[in-house]
Amino acid sequence: MSDDVASLSANQMDALREIGNVGAGNSATALSQIINRRIDMNVPRVSIVPLGEVPDLVGGPDVMVVGVFLRVYGKAPSNILFLLPRDSAFYLVDMLMGKKRGETQKLDFMDESALMEIGNILSGAYLNALFNFTNISLLPTIPALAMDMAGAILSVVLIQLGQMGDHALVIETEFNTDDEGIKGHFFLVPDPGSLETILSAVGVE
Amino acid sequence: MPELVKVGMADAKVGTAPSTLISYGLGSCIGISLYDPQTKVGGLLHIMLPDSTQSRANENRAKFADTGIPDMLNEVLKLGASRSRLVAKIAGGAQMFAFANATDIMRVGQRNAQAAKDVLAGLGIPIIGEDTGGSYGRTVSIDLSNGVYKVKTIDKGEKEI
Repeated sequence: MSDDVASLSANQMDALREIGNVGAGNSATALSQIINRRIDMNVPRVSIVPLGEVPDLVGGPDVMVVGVFLRVYGKAPSNILFLLPRDSAFYLVDMLMGKKRGETQKLDFMDESALMEIGNILSGAYLNALFNFTNISLLPTIPALAMDMAGAILSVVLIQLGQMGDHALVIETEFNTDDEGIKGHFFLVPDPGSLETILSAVGVE
Repeated sequence: MPELVKVGMADAKVGTAPSTLISYGLGSCIGISLYDPQTKVGGLLHIMLPDSTQSRANENRAKFADTGIPDMLNEVLKLGASRSRLVAKIAGGAQMFAFANATDIMRVGQRNAQAAKDVLAGLGIPIIGEDTGGSYGRTVSIDLSNGVYKVKTIDKGEKEI
């Protein structure tokens, strides 16, 4: 396989989609239990996109989002980014902190900490499922949080990929609460070298 | 209606008045502008990384400071800019996430800013405006009718450099 990810077969894409499915399914269940709401999840998108177009997946580079970032270590180093539009993040904080909807208008230290913990739990659930499926053990770092423009937040991941290629392979799942109050995007972005490891673990080379 | 030209990530655009060149949502990337105030020719480059020789994928020259800046220089000269009148402005180079043990790649914003300055100095183009560093995103634009370089942020408002 080349360093650039632009050349994956349909089988390989399917395998990655299935990984996204089990991972995100587990995450959605975890989130649903925490906030006690039904969570709808779309079929994960596995996309190979030019680096510059990745921000368009969440509405454009200047959209205001809250991002929780975790670096993942192990045999298949990756990045995880959980992105929420600002209003969704505020509503999620309302739920987590037992406030009325609309009460959160900015994030204080406790709010940020709560959102990072959500990032932690979702990533843990995702990586557990990935482990059951691939037998690859992956450990996330403690999360970091930023509220800013989507392009700026995504650039952290994109710059790392930019050293190796011009495309990003993203396994992306969109979450929605049943009342449509919270939307979120969960991105797993394997390092270019990690793809081979993941694909061979599921028997698709 | 003056034209608004979008500059993507790892991309460069050049033009003349009355166009405005704009690049949205820069984090650790840098937006480098060149401008000749007399002919009102200019360009905006959005680099991601400092050095193409350190990368295994360097076909896209606009991705790097060391290749992107000389390429943009050639393009504005072709449009009639005078090399002796050209001035540069730079913005971006943030570190979006604070980690206790920030690795090299986390500090890439700082390295990008330094590389942009070094390359411009090597080409003898003075930097007359700068807004780099911090931990926040920026949307940057240059109005080619007057050379005004605007930096928009979420929390710190808008400024001209």
